[in-house]
Amino acid sequence: MVEFTLPKNSKITEGKAWPRTAHATNVTEFKVYRWNPDDGQNPHVDTYQVDRDDCGPMVLDALIWIKNNIDPTLTFRRSCREGVCGSCAMNIDGSNTLACTKAMDDAKAPLKIYPLPHQPVVKDLVPDLKNFYAQYGSIEPWLHTTTATPEKEWKQSREDRAKLDGMYECILCACCSTSCPSYWWNSDRYLGPAALLQANRWVQDSRDEATGERLDNLEDPFRLYRCHTIMNCSKACPKGLNPAKEIATLKKAMVDRQA
Amino acid sequence: MKDAQMRTPMRRVRGMGAAHTGTKDFWHQRVTSVAGIPLTIALIVIAIALLGRSHAAAVQILGSPIVAIIMLLFIVNIVYHMWIGMQEIIVDYVHEDKLKLAALMGNTFFCFGIAFASAFAILKLSFGV
Repeated sequence: MVEFTLPKNSKITEGKAWPRTAHATNVTEFKVYRWNPDDGQNPHVDTYQVDRDDCGPMVLDALIWIKNNIDPTLTFRRSCREGVCGSCAMNIDGSNTLACTKAMDDAKAPLKIYPLPHQPVVKDLVPDLKNFYAQYGSIEPWLHTTTATPEKEWKQSREDRAKLDGMYECILCACCSTSCPSYWWNSDRYLGPAALLQANRWVQDSRDEATGERLDNLEDPFRLYRCHTIMNCSKACPKGLNPAKEIATLKKAMVDRQA
Repeated sequence: MKDAQMRTPMRRVRGMGAAHTGTKDFWHQRVTSVAGIPLTIALIVIAIALLGRSHAAAVQILGSPIVAIIMLLFIVNIVYHMWIGMQEIIVDYVHEDKLKLAALMGNTFFCFGIAFASAFAILKLSFGV
């Protein structure tokens, strides 16, 4: 059965309340999920006071500030700090988003920071996304052709290129998939919104010659049809994309090729 | 290490491959939803028409051809819709193989039972046997 409660060793306990740093007057409180695979303890939530006069405006700025000034053991992924790489996806104030593009002032204080939901945790805010990446790999996200490769390029009209807008921008941060209840219950077999959006990106590509095989590989009660149009994916996407719409397009293609 | 953990993530994701089904259920779920709109309205109208009538009058209304046909269509449509919907819910939440198969079977038996019992009741009123 679906597990509606956390396993015993994942139950979250109250953690350490770190004192505010000297001279900090203007502070924002952060409650951050901590878990260390090596100490054998349950996860706990630590409280930090971030000195806003010494720190940038974004949640990622605050996490980096905490790591630099209070607790160097705090672990999270980050790279581009401008919403392009997707590394710092996490659950902030109850929704999945990128820490680098989420302003502290746009969330309720104290800011609650958790890893992406329903994924195994490697440490603190770092989720294990092996399954997510394998699902992306399984849709074979590259051009499939049997026609001999042209000397210069595969041609595509402006209209056909425009059909990829709203899909090619996906940065695979996993905010959508890990916000989807269907993905929580069935991520072993349901591909989830991110992989399905990417699948549609190749199904819709006018240059691709394997549309039928791509649809065949998706035609499955689990891979595609666990989507019940809950729409958390579209609400969560930090890039403003609409995975639910792309999944609906895939389902329409499935019906279209039969009728 | 458990067997499942030693398999590569790609092995787990590909699993037994795509089943090449699901579109039929998806499409039929939409067709039965659309059909359910006029049929449910008709059912409500019939139910209102039955309010306050005597038993004999109610039997006469329900047994008349148009009403009986609408009622039969309603039952077949709604039970088929219910069967697909319940199957979706079971597949979503019940992951243990034996329990899942038992629940899917139970769903089918229940839906057939309900459909045949309701259809029999209407036909009995129509033909008066």
